[in-house]
Amino acid sequence: MDFATFLIQLLNSVQYGLVLFMLAAGLTLIFGIMGVVNLAHGSFYMLGAYLAYALTGYFGSLAWAIAVGAVLAMVFGLALEWLLFRHFHCRDHLDQVLLTFGLIYIFEDLRSILWGDAVHGVAIPEPLAASIPLTDILSYPLYRLFICGICLALALGLYLLIAKTRLGMKIRAGASNPDMAQALGVNTRLIHSIVFALGVTLAMVAGMAMAPVSSVYPGMGSSVLIMCFVVVVIGGIGSVRGAFISALLVGLVDTFGKVLLPQIAGMLVYMLMAAVLLYKPEGLFKQ
Amino acid sequence: MSTRRIVLSRSAAIVGAAATGWLLPATAGAQSAKLRVGLMLPYTGTYAQLGVAVENGVRMAIDQQGGKLGGREIEWFKVDDESEPSKAVENASKLVQRDKVQVLIGTVHSGVQMGIQKVARETGVLSLIPNAGAHAATRALCAPNVFRTSFTNAQITLALGPAMVARGHKKAVWITWKYAAGEEAFEGFKQSYPAAGGSIIKELGLPFPNVEFQALLTEIAALQPDAVACFFAGGGAAKFIRDYAAAGLKDKIALYGSGFLTEGVLDAAGPAADGIITTMHYSDSLDTPRNKQFRMEYAKAFRSQPDVYAMQGYDTGLLLVHGANAVQGDMEAKPALYRALESAVIDSPRGRWTMSRAHNPVQDIYLRRVENMENKVIGVAAKAQADSGAGCRMG
Repeated sequence: MDFATFLIQLLNSVQYGLVLFMLAAGLTLIFGIMGVVNLAHGSFYMLGAYLAYALTGYFGSLAWAIAVGAVLAMVFGLALEWLLFRHFHCRDHLDQVLLTFGLIYIFEDLRSILWGDAVHGVAIPEPLAASIPLTDILSYPLYRLFICGICLALALGLYLLIAKTRLGMKIRAGASNPDMAQALGVNTRLIHSIVFALGVTLAMVAGMAMAPVSSVYPGMGSSVLIMCFVVVVIGGIGSVRGAFISALLVGLVDTFGKVLLPQIAGMLVYMLMAAVLLYKPEGLFKQ
Repeated sequence: MSTRRIVLSRSAAIVGAAATGWLLPATAGAQSAKLRVGLMLPYTGTYAQLGVAVENGVRMAIDQQGGKLGGREIEWFKVDDESEPSKAVENASKLVQRDKVQVLIGTVHSGVQMGIQKVARETGVLSLIPNAGAHAATRALCAPNVFRTSFTNAQITLALGPAMVARGHKKAVWITWKYAAGEEAFEGFKQSYPAAGGSIIKELGLPFPNVEFQALLTEIAALQPDAVACFFAGGGAAKFIRDYAAAGLKDKIALYGSGFLTEGVLDAAGPAADGIITTMHYSDSLDTPRNKQFRMEYAKAFRSQPDVYAMQGYDTGLLLVHGANAVQGDMEAKPALYRALESAVIDSPRGRWTMSRAHNPVQDIYLRRVENMENKVIGVAAKAQADSGAGCRMG
C-alpha cells in the first residue's frame, strides 16, 4: 500500500468513525443519563435517511432538508420522550428492551406505509458532487469531507454544551447523582427530555447526511445499530469521550481490516471488542 | 329376516360409498375436485414486491388458459414466508400436510428455498421454484419432483467472463458479499473468466449486508484493473453503483456484474448506473414480439410494468399449465407428469428454453448495458447456457 492509498484509507476510516460516533454518542447519552437501553436507535438513523429523501423531494435541496429535518427530529424526539420513554426510565432493563424492540417493528412498518419497500436515492448537491484528486489515480469524494465536517461540528458542539454550559453542568450532575441534583433544584425531568431529543436528533442527522451516499432502504438501521453497541461497549457505557475514541478505533480496524485481511474482516471489530473487554472490562473510559 | 337385513345394510353401504365417491372411477373422482395449488412467497419485508410480481405472473399464465389446469378448477393456498429461513420448513409443511396442496410454488429467498427443498424431498410434492438461485436445489439436493424456472447463481456469471474478455478487459477485480449467493456467483465467474483468457488479480469481499464500500473502492482504484466484476442485489446494489461513481471510478474502470446488480435499482442509482454491463437471462427491453405481448398484457392486467420476477412467475405458470394438460389434470400420475415437465419447451418472454437433466432452465443469457435508467440488450452473451448440475443424482 503506497502512501496516497494509505492516506485515503485513513480518511475513509475517520469518516466512517465519525458517523458511528454521531450514533453512539446519542446511544450512550441516553443510557448514561436516563438509564434507558434504546434498541430503536438504529431506527432513528433509518427514519432520518427517509426524512432526507422526503424533504429533498419537497424542497429540492439537501441543505434545506437537513436544516428542517433537524428541527423535526428534535420535535419528534421530545414527543417520543414525553409519550413513551419518560414512563420507562426507571423501569427494568428488560421492559426497556421489549419497548424499544417493539418500536423497531413499528418504525419499520411506518416506513413501509409511508415510503414503500423500494430503494430510494438522494442526489448529492451539485457543488459537493465532485472528487478531490490526490494522485492521478486516487481521489476522495468531496461529499464525504462534508459529512466529516457536519460530524465534527456536532461533536464540538456536544463537547462545548456538556463541558462549558450551565445546562451541561446540570446534565453531568444528573448523570452522576440524579437524586442529589434534583434536591439541589435541577429539573431532571426536563434534562431527560433534552438529552433524549438530542440523542434522537444526532442519529437522525447522521441518517440525513448519509442518505446521498448510502441510498435509502428498508432495514438500514439494524446493521448500523450493532456497530453502535460495539462502539459504546468499547468506549465505556455512558462516556461521550469514550464513544468518540472508540468510534474512530472501530472505523480504523474495520476499514484496514477489509483491505488487508478480507477473509476475517467481519470478525475484526468483534475481536477488538473482546480484547478491550479482557483488558478493561468496563470499556476504555468508564465514568 | 336375516337376509333382508343383509340386503338392507349392503344397499345402505353401497349408497353411502357412492355418496363419498368410493365406487366412482378414481380419475373421475379426482377431477371433480379442485386442484390445490400452494403459493409460498414473501408478501412482507424487503422481498414483498418480488413475491407479488411472481404471483401475478403465475396467475396471468393460468388465466390466459381459461383459469384452469388440465381442465380442473383451482383452489389457491397462500403463505407469507417472510423471507425467514427459520420458518421455512414449518410453512412448507403447513401447505403440504394441512392444506394438501398438489403443487407448491415458491420462493424468492435461497435460504427459505432450502427449507422447501427438504419438505419437497420428504413428501414428494411437486415443487416449482420461481426465483431462488441456490445451487443445491438442482445439484446435490436435486429431486424428480423439483423444477426450477429461473436460474442458478453461477449460470448468470458463467456467461460474464467471455463477454468481458471479448470487450478487451483482461485484468479484473471481483467483489461481492461473503454469503452463499455471492460465493455461488463467484464460482461461475472464477470458472469462465480465466478460461476465456482473463486473470482475476484480486478477490474482495465484505460481510452481508454491510454496505460501507468506500475502503474497498479505494483499494480498487489503487489496483488499477481493466474492469471490476461483481455480485450485489437490492439496496446494497444501488449503493455500490452510487459509491463506485462517487469514488471517481465510473469513467476509468469498466463495471460488470451479474444482472441483479441493475434489476429494480436503476431509479435509486440514477445516472451513476449508466454504462454498467451485466449478464442476465432476461431484460425488460428484449425486442421480441413474445416479450412485447407479455409486457403489454401484464401492464393491462396489473397496472404496473413486469420485471424479471414477474416473468419468472409467468414461466412457472406456463410450465404448470403444460404439465397439467399433459396428464389431463391428474397430478397423481407422477411419472407422466414429470416426463411432460422434463420435455417442456417453454415459449417465454425471455426466449425459448428447455429443462436440463437436473431440472434447471437451459437458456440464452443476454448482455445488457444500462442506458438512461434502462437495461438495453446489446447482444447474447451465451447461447443455451446450462448449469453444470454437478452432483445431481435423480431417484
